[in-house]
Amino acid sequence: MRGYAGKFIEINLTTITIKDFKFPESDLRQFIGGRGLAVKLLWDRLGDKWEEIDPYGSDNILTFFTGPLTGFWPGARLCISGKSPQSMGIVGSSIGCELPIEMKCAGIDGIFVTGKSENPVYIWVTDNQIEIRDASHLWGMRSIDFLKTISKEGRTILKKTYKNKREVKEPQSVYIGPAGENIVRMAAVVGKLSYGAGYGGYGAVMGSKKLKALVVKGHGPLPEPYDYEKTVQLIRELTKKILASDFRRRWGTSWFSYHAGNTLSSEPVKNWQEEWHNEKTQGCQWYEQRVWVKRYWADFGCPTGCMKLSTPKIGKYIGALTDNPDYELMAYAGTNLGIFTPEENVYLSSLLDETGLCGIQCGNVLGFAAELYQRGIITEKDLGFKLDWGDADSFANLIELIVKREGIGEILAEGTHLACKKIGEIKNIDLNLYNVTSKGIAIGAHGIRSGLDYPHTISYALSSQGGDHTSCAYLPIDHPTSELTVLLNDSGVHCNFNTYPEGTRSKLFEFYTSVRGWPMEKEIWYNTDAKRIIDIQRAALLLGSHELKWKPKIDDVNPKRFYEPLPTGPYKGKYKTEEEVEAFVQEYYKAMGWDEKGIPQTNELKRLSLSSVDVKLDKVR
Amino acid sequence: MDTSKPFWIMRDHIKCTGCRRCEIACSLEHEGKIWPEASRIRIFMLFPGLEVAHLCAQCESPACVEICPVEALSIDLDLKCIKVNYEKCIACGKCIEACPGHIPTIHPTKNHIVICNLCDGNPVCVEACQETNFNCLYIVPRESSSQYGLFAQTPEEVSKNLAISLFGEKGKDLI
Repeated sequence: MRGYAGKFIEINLTTITIKDFKFPESDLRQFIGGRGLAVKLLWDRLGDKWEEIDPYGSDNILTFFTGPLTGFWPGARLCISGKSPQSMGIVGSSIGCELPIEMKCAGIDGIFVTGKSENPVYIWVTDNQIEIRDASHLWGMRSIDFLKTISKEGRTILKKTYKNKREVKEPQSVYIGPAGENIVRMAAVVGKLSYGAGYGGYGAVMGSKKLKALVVKGHGPLPEPYDYEKTVQLIRELTKKILASDFRRRWGTSWFSYHAGNTLSSEPVKNWQEEWHNEKTQGCQWYEQRVWVKRYWADFGCPTGCMKLSTPKIGKYIGALTDNPDYELMAYAGTNLGIFTPEENVYLSSLLDETGLCGIQCGNVLGFAAELYQRGIITEKDLGFKLDWGDADSFANLIELIVKREGIGEILAEGTHLACKKIGEIKNIDLNLYNVTSKGIAIGAHGIRSGLDYPHTISYALSSQGGDHTSCAYLPIDHPTSELTVLLNDSGVHCNFNTYPEGTRSKLFEFYTSVRGWPMEKEIWYNTDAKRIIDIQRAALLLGSHELKWKPKIDDVNPKRFYEPLPTGPYKGKYKTEEEVEAFVQEYYKAMGWDEKGIPQTNELKRLSLSSVDVKLDKVR
Repeated sequence: MDTSKPFWIMRDHIKCTGCRRCEIACSLEHEGKIWPEASRIRIFMLFPGLEVAHLCAQCESPACVEICPVEALSIDLDLKCIKVNYEKCIACGKCIEACPGHIPTIHPTKNHIVICNLCDGNPVCVEACQETNFNCLYIVPRESSSQYGLFAQTPEEVSKNLAISLFGEKGKDLI
């Protein structure tokens, strides 16, 4: 099977052992790479004791996997996974950065980490050397200091290692900030300056293992595809299709903020109390004209360049550095907090990046807290300051408390779902109306009440990754935005955005065949291979942990707020009723081969060769 | 682009997106595979956002040619680029030290230096950059000027300048 470098690396941080690991070819065929292969590994190793596994314990396995298409399909990404402290299931959390290219050029398809270090460490990888290095000097650093230090340190080591005088390029990394170090459940694994693998909480898992970073430099070529000529030709064809979509290129996802707010009524405003606004300062034109200093910023092989670099030029937030911000953060560090101006939005977004927080998870809990404040459920006394909508400085204060786990930050650091439970207990009041999450994971910034944005009625209610806006449950299950489609990109591992332009996604299977040399067929993917992976993810969610597990009858629903009619805008009054949701839920169960209670059926699991999953599911049947 | 007369590859670092499609194109052209470290143009990212396109600056009087102890380097009279004689080159690295930008690189697995040869007149890196309209790289007619040699800069030097240009005060100590 081509397209793979040929080996994975297993690192145990307790015993400090480093071993080569090989997946059998049949696993590569069926589970591909990235998310799929991580699901396979996690289930094989931890499945029989899934409920017992503490995501922060030394048993948990943290995976950093590339896939066969990484580096070939335009826009390379890395997929990070493990048992998620947010959902207690398995989340494939993908991140754009240069690290996966360095890994493949170093001859490695993926690295997975077990155990726990006593002291802060980072993993250092070059072509023929893997080392666990001390990271005590890096511990506590925010992103900018970390990046400055690791770039210099890495190049110094490389200069010593490769004594042939060539100007050495910097190694690439993924890392955690103080949020991950302090095991904040919303911590992301960060790449480059401002990219995060946020869904899942794997920054906190890294922190629990005292693993500050994974740093890699490879000097070899990318692995050979099966048909090089055809692969290059396909890359050329894709590039042409992608370049035809100027919208996505010029503004990245930023164009969506005003569009979602004004036209689709699907952008979170003030903790989802509304999903409509008409604030033109939240349009991409204001960002482009006021704060963008780099208008196209891309990952390996990407002709789109959807990312931008932003920094405020005036006022007290000069010096804040972040990307566009992209749509999710325009919403979650903006409109969801009642903030509608670029400078404030860039500042909060940069603070989330620097401290290593997932902007979606944290923006969600900030909105949750502010709504409790608005309603007098928490007060200035609980917080130590006022928390009014639109007040960026107060939200920044709260972010700092969360990162340090101080004061109310100790509770909010657990994310909206658990914080809602805890504060509810303290205040003796049901706060679930303000908890906009699914399966412990905050909902991405695309509402479903107006019915106009791409996630639909059951996208979050049934996603195996909870509120993940990229991995939406969808009918029909082979729909372009369905979880089963995105699973392919997350396993590939490459960019979703570069499968949106017309004529690109349809090339996926041909591309796989050309790179891997194994004929890959659409029907087999949707009917068998994708279902196999999703069924394991589903089982992991249903088994959960002793403290946190999900029951289909109670949890395969939308957040309570989504059953409130939209209060403002042209779609005022719209929402999806419980009956509508339930009807879709049953239809989805059927399409996935699950019984009417939402549990994968024995016959189906047998067909997918998942008898170990079937046995475990007896516990929840 | 008119490549019938001597030309120069303009590099406008601020516009570099870090997509590295130039590295892909270059290594496919010269090595037959995607091999960023064997590319004649390499994109340095000493700090994210400060992407530096590191390729031969085609100086008027190239120090690399002068210093080569085995006469493996020469100037192509038509194209004004550096030609490397792989047979002669002993990969001693003297040209790297002599180049103010430390631009020549030793091939990651072979025993010789690699320097941009303008793809004999049709630079594929420029083509890749132009295709996307990112416009970090483009062709300009070559004139008689010492200006070109000023672009033989180390990645640190360019990054330091870019940091200030993009981020102002904040950029002062990034590199």
